[in-house]
Amino acid sequence: MADREIDEATGVETVGHEWDGIKELDNPMPRWWLWTFYATIIFSIGYMIYYPSIPLIEDSTQGISGHTNRAALQVEMAEAAESRQVYLSQIADSDLQVIRGNEELARFAVAGGDSAFKIHCSQCHGTGAQGSPGYPNLNDDDWLWGGDLDAIYLSIKHGIRNDEDDDARYSEMPAYGADELLERDEIAQVTQYVLQISGQDHDRELAALGEETFGSECATCHGPNGGGDREFGAPNLTDAISLYGNNAELIARQIRKPKHGVMPAWGDRLSDETVKQLAIYVHNLGGGE
Amino acid sequence: MKSEADIEQIDVDAVNSKTYRSLYEARKKIHPKRATGDFRRFKWAVMFITLGIYYITPWIRWDRGDGLPDQAVLLDLANRRFYFFFIEIWPHEFFYVAGMLVMAGIGLFLVTSILGRAWCGYTCPQTVWVDLFLVVERFFEGERNARIKLDAAPWTPSKAIKRGAKHFVWLVIAVATGGAWIFYFADAPTLLVDLFSGQAYFAAYATIGTLTATTYIFGGLMREQVCTYMCPWPRIQAAMLDEHSLTVTYNDWRGEPRSRHLKRMRKEGVSTGDCVDCNACVAVCPMGIDIRDGQQMECISCALCIDACNGVMERLGLEKGLISYATLNDYDANMALAGAGKHVGSPQIIPENVRDEFGKLSERVKRFSPRVFARTRTLIYLFVYAAIGIAMLVHLGMRERLDVKILPDRNPQFVVLSDGSIRNGYELKILNMKGESQQFLISVGGLQNPKISEAGSIYAADNWLATEVPADKTKALKVFVAMSRDHLRQSSTPFNFIVSEMGSTDQKTVSSMFKAPREIAK
Repeated sequence: MADREIDEATGVETVGHEWDGIKELDNPMPRWWLWTFYATIIFSIGYMIYYPSIPLIEDSTQGISGHTNRAALQVEMAEAAESRQVYLSQIADSDLQVIRGNEELARFAVAGGDSAFKIHCSQCHGTGAQGSPGYPNLNDDDWLWGGDLDAIYLSIKHGIRNDEDDDARYSEMPAYGADELLERDEIAQVTQYVLQISGQDHDRELAALGEETFGSECATCHGPNGGGDREFGAPNLTDAISLYGNNAELIARQIRKPKHGVMPAWGDRLSDETVKQLAIYVHNLGGGE
Repeated sequence: MKSEADIEQIDVDAVNSKTYRSLYEARKKIHPKRATGDFRRFKWAVMFITLGIYYITPWIRWDRGDGLPDQAVLLDLANRRFYFFFIEIWPHEFFYVAGMLVMAGIGLFLVTSILGRAWCGYTCPQTVWVDLFLVVERFFEGERNARIKLDAAPWTPSKAIKRGAKHFVWLVIAVATGGAWIFYFADAPTLLVDLFSGQAYFAAYATIGTLTATTYIFGGLMREQVCTYMCPWPRIQAAMLDEHSLTVTYNDWRGEPRSRHLKRMRKEGVSTGDCVDCNACVAVCPMGIDIRDGQQMECISCALCIDACNGVMERLGLEKGLISYATLNDYDANMALAGAGKHVGSPQIIPENVRDEFGKLSERVKRFSPRVFARTRTLIYLFVYAAIGIAMLVHLGMRERLDVKILPDRNPQFVVLSDGSIRNGYELKILNMKGESQQFLISVGGLQNPKISEAGSIYAADNWLATEVPADKTKALKVFVAMSRDHLRQSSTPFNFIVSEMGSTDQKTVSSMFKAPREIAK
């Protein structure tokens, strides 16, 4: 080893290197720094023993704590579930009207219903429950099968026109064109009549003829004035809202070969508390009766 | 008149003076001697007042009515409120606190430009607590010489007891310091009980622990090193000083040349300065410097050297103020008068130049004048300081205790109802910042015949809506506004929500938009 040089000004050894006349003193580390460093080493030993740390080929040492992030998450989820349980058990035991009347419980149900809606319902009804052609908008005040809390609850629980739930409500409109129950011009007349009762531009003569056909063929389900019947899920034809569109072509198409929406039964898939929360949420969207 | 022989020559090194300071050496401990005098008395008073404010404030009660905290000063982080006696600040009014901080900053500029590092010397918590810790140290270990002796002495039971007692009391003070801090953030009496019954939040204990550690380490162990090496304030404050600022100054023009035998020398006709080189100023310095070396980075302007020197001057029958608060301007003028130029410690000081024929200080010597307080700079600081303060006070007096925030529904923007009318949804947040529960009337201006309803409400839509907001709370409610198609001309119609408090003139108008299908525009 080469002779170490002593720096004149400080009396400290230099490390023996020189860069453009600049030399580095071989001062020891500050003691506080060194102590902190030793402290971290001691800490790390405890840490290694307590937590999973050393990677093995397929696994790692488990540590005496047996800590895993997954288990920690489960604990937190369980805590969150427990805090929700206070409300959920009340919701399970209460009627929908009672839940709605209790401000705190209703707020919880709306929030819970919102979150469940985003997961289970938004695929068809949209994230804002605004629907799309063939899928009802749940914000408005027009209901196919009823818009009070119990009716909404039943629709969610059993679904509509599905094969999986025996209590699912079912109805089907005859295919007047495809099954040749009505002539082409009769369908055109009924179309004009439907345009008339929903307050749109129409052909008066054709509509007058269509009224007769409507009375004999359609009024059974849609009502003598076209006001609909929730018993059969028959839409109100007089209002401004239509499921499949309300111009002449779309109405005629629906008379010729109607489409029917299907909604699954959620009673088997979701807990009763969730279905109740969904009912409260949908009812709260603005159209609840 | 006493002779200079009565003045004790203190054997002391100013460990942080340029001569002795070495960056390659470990810190040399400073054993400040107790000073007596006007400045020391003033500092005791400041310590008494500041510590009193700090410890007592959280315990002052202030009745605000039911359901609201009755603590005069409270930073309620959980509920996001700041209470200060009759003032309550909500998060969106936090600019008051920002304004206070700006005022504190400008106030510091103002004080510093007049009085130098007065903050450091008198009111900085570091200074106050170090002073307090020194009182404890002096109580258990004695005055400066006794402490030096104790330091050098081998470990004996008596030394261990003295040291142990000192550190114990320091720790008690440190715990009390950390303990008092957390009372500003919660109801003090409740928290005190919770603390001792082990029910307080972990954050409370952690805060006490942290502040105990910092108080003990900074106040007891690190002391002047905090000011010199850790604190950024001195560097910033130094930039506020100018030649008109009063700083603690050793008046070389009067003190030099120093002589330990002042009376004899003068009797023999040798002219000397007033400094008898007794080192009293060095012995009392908590920063370990010799003020006679001139302005130094370490000096915190605590003025204890002035007290020490004044005591000596008094005993010698000389005029006080060999060390004094002086401006650089006066100092330079006096140095020029003494014939020494501007250089500190210059050998060419001629004592006769600044003295009259009786040996008293000459009339031509520049002395302190209150005019240094009123300068363009200080007046500007004062103006800005006062302007911000007055602006905030006026704003505080006029501020509204009702606020409304509106968030229109975006998904869907509008809903067509069965009768063809259009409905929009809005999230209304009503902030009732008053101490009582209030009834509010919500109506709409700028729309023809609107129907307003609250989501989930059992009441039918009308052209108004009433709601109650509890005291000091924000209420969020979903409001629907429905409009007939016939009254709409465009797909976006601007309008106002009007929220008025019942039984008062308070009212808030907030603008929003009513959205409709595009085909509605005719």
